[in-house]
Amino acid sequence: MELYDWFIAPFAEFSFMRRALVACLALGLSSAPVGVLLVLRRMSLVGDAMAHALLPGAALGFIAAGFSLYAMGLGGFIAAMLVATLAGWVTRKTGQREDASFAAFYLIALAGGVMLISLRGNSVDLMRVLFGTILAVDDDALILMTTVSSVTLVALALMYRPLIVECFDPGFLRSVGGRGGWVYLLFQTLVVLNLVSGFQALGTLMAVGLMMLPAASARFWAVRVSSLFVVAALIAVASGIAGLLISYHAHLPSGPAIVLVAGAAYIASLFLGRRDSALQFLLRKQSHRVG
Amino acid sequence: MKISRFFWVKLVVLASAQALSISVCSAQSATTERVRVVASFSILADMVREVGGEAVEVTALVGPGADAHVFEPSPADARRVASAQLLIVNGLGFEGWLNRLVTASGYRGAVVVATIGVPLRKIGRGVDPHAWQSLNNALIYVENIHSALAKTLPSQAANFRKNAEQYSAKIRALDASVRERIATVPAAERRVITSHDAFGYFGDAYKVEFIAAQGWSTDSEASAADVARIIRQLKAKQVRAVFVENVSDPRLAQRIGKEGGGVMGGTLYSDALSPPGTSGDTYLNLFEHNAGALVRALGAR
Repeated sequence: MELYDWFIAPFAEFSFMRRALVACLALGLSSAPVGVLLVLRRMSLVGDAMAHALLPGAALGFIAAGFSLYAMGLGGFIAAMLVATLAGWVTRKTGQREDASFAAFYLIALAGGVMLISLRGNSVDLMRVLFGTILAVDDDALILMTTVSSVTLVALALMYRPLIVECFDPGFLRSVGGRGGWVYLLFQTLVVLNLVSGFQALGTLMAVGLMMLPAASARFWAVRVSSLFVVAALIAVASGIAGLLISYHAHLPSGPAIVLVAGAAYIASLFLGRRDSALQFLLRKQSHRVG
Repeated sequence: MKISRFFWVKLVVLASAQALSISVCSAQSATTERVRVVASFSILADMVREVGGEAVEVTALVGPGADAHVFEPSPADARRVASAQLLIVNGLGFEGWLNRLVTASGYRGAVVVATIGVPLRKIGRGVDPHAWQSLNNALIYVENIHSALAKTLPSQAANFRKNAEQYSAKIRALDASVRERIATVPAAERRVITSHDAFGYFGDAYKVEFIAAQGWSTDSEASAADVARIIRQLKAKQVRAVFVENVSDPRLAQRIGKEGGGVMGGTLYSDALSPPGTSGDTYLNLFEHNAGALVRALGAR
C-alpha cells in the first residue's frame, strides 16, 4: 500500500501526471541517444547553444501566428537549423573552429531573441509562452513530442552505421564513398527536432538537461555505442519519473527536479560507474599495490 | 520587508512635501504647461489620466499587459522618472524595483503613494498590494491622486476636483452594478480558481472565494504537488470556474480546468490593463470585464 501511494497513486489519480510521464518517456527515449552522439562527436555544448538559438525563431513564430505550437515549433526549428548550418559553413570556408563559430552565431541569435521579446513589451507573457512547463503538456504538445521521438528512433535505427562512422571518422566515410555531409545534416536535424519538442513542452533547461546529462553519465557504464544508447535512455526516463514523483511528494518545481535527478545520476555514475569512474580508479590502484 | 519599504516611501512623501511647495511656484507661472506625471503601472496611469484630464501628461513605467512583479527598469525609464514632476506609485511592496529606480534616476520630486488610507489586507507576513481590485479602494486612489495633482498644479485644482468627482461617480455606479450582478449567484457557489492570487480585495469586497493555482507571486514555478492540490480542491469543493490572467501561463490553468471539470472562464485582468482597443483597456473597462466574466462563468450551468 505504501509503495502504491508513493509510485502509482499520483499517476492513477491525475491525468496531468500521466501526461507528464508520457512526455518524459518520449523525450528521454529519443533525446538521450541523440545526446550520446553529441558527446561522441565532442559537441556536448552544441546542444545548449542550439537550444538558445531556437529562441528568436520561436519568438517570431509567436509574433506572426500567436499562440500556436506549430508556428512556434517551426520558427524555432528554422532558426536553430540556420544557426547550425551557418556555423558549419563558416567552419568549412574559413577554418575557424566549429565551437567558435557556433558560439558566435548562437550569441547573435540569442541576443536577437531577447530583443524581439523586449520589443513586444510584454516580456512575461512571451517568456511564459516560449517556455512550457511539463505539468501543462496538452494534446498537441504530446503528439508533437511522440512524433519527434518515433521519427528520431526510426532514423537512428536506419542510419545507425553511417551515423557512427561519421561520428568517429568523418574522413573515412567520405573516402569510402559515403556521403558524410548528408549524414551530418540528418544528425543536425535530429538534434534540433528533439530540442524543439522538449523546449516547447518543458523549457530549455529540461530539453538540454535530459539530452546531455544521461548521455554524459552513460559513458561510465558502457563502451559500445548501442549500449550507450540504452543506458542513456534508461537514465533519462528514470530521472523523468523520479523527478516528477519528487515534485509531487516534496512540493518542488518539476522541471528543475527532473534535471537535478539526472544530475545526481551523473554524479553517482562519476563515482560508482563500471568504467573509468573514481571507484574503478581506486580499485585499480589498490590491485596494483597488492600485485 | 514589504512593510519597511512601504514606510520608506511614506517618509519620502513627507520629506518631499517641502520641496513640492517650491516646485509649485515655478509651475504656476505657466498655466498652459502640462504636468508631467509618471505612474508606476498602467492601471494607476489610467486613473491619473481620468483625474488630470488635459492638464497632465501621464506615462506608465509598466505598460499594458506587462507584469509589474518582475519589471526590469531600463535607462529610458530612469530618464522618464528624472524628467517627471510627480511620481505616483501603488506602494505596499507592489513595485519592488521602485527605490532602486528613484535613486538611480536622481529624481527629487514627490513620490505619492496612491494606496494611503486603503484598508489593508494581510497575506501571511506581508500586505496584499493589489488594492485596486476593489472599487471602494479605487475611490481612495482617486482622492490621493486628486490631492497630489492639486498640490502640484494649484491653478488647475478646480478642474481636478470636477474630474475626480465625475470619475468617482462612475466608480460608484459600477460598484453598485457589480454588486447587483454578483448577488444573482448564490454565495455558496462563488468559488473561482485563478492562476495568480491577485483578487483578494475583489473577493473580500464582493464575497467571492478565489483559490490560487500558483503561489503568491507570478515568478514561482508550480510544483506537481501544487497542481494536484488545486485539482483536488476543484473536484472536492465543486469550484465552478477557472480563470487565466493576462500575465500567467494559460496552459497550466487550462490543464487544471479540464482535469477538475470546471468551466474555463477566460481571462481576468489582474495587474495590468490590456492593450488599447481590447476589453480591459481602462480601469473601469477592466473591472467591468472581470465582473462580467465572473458572473457569466459562475452562472453557467
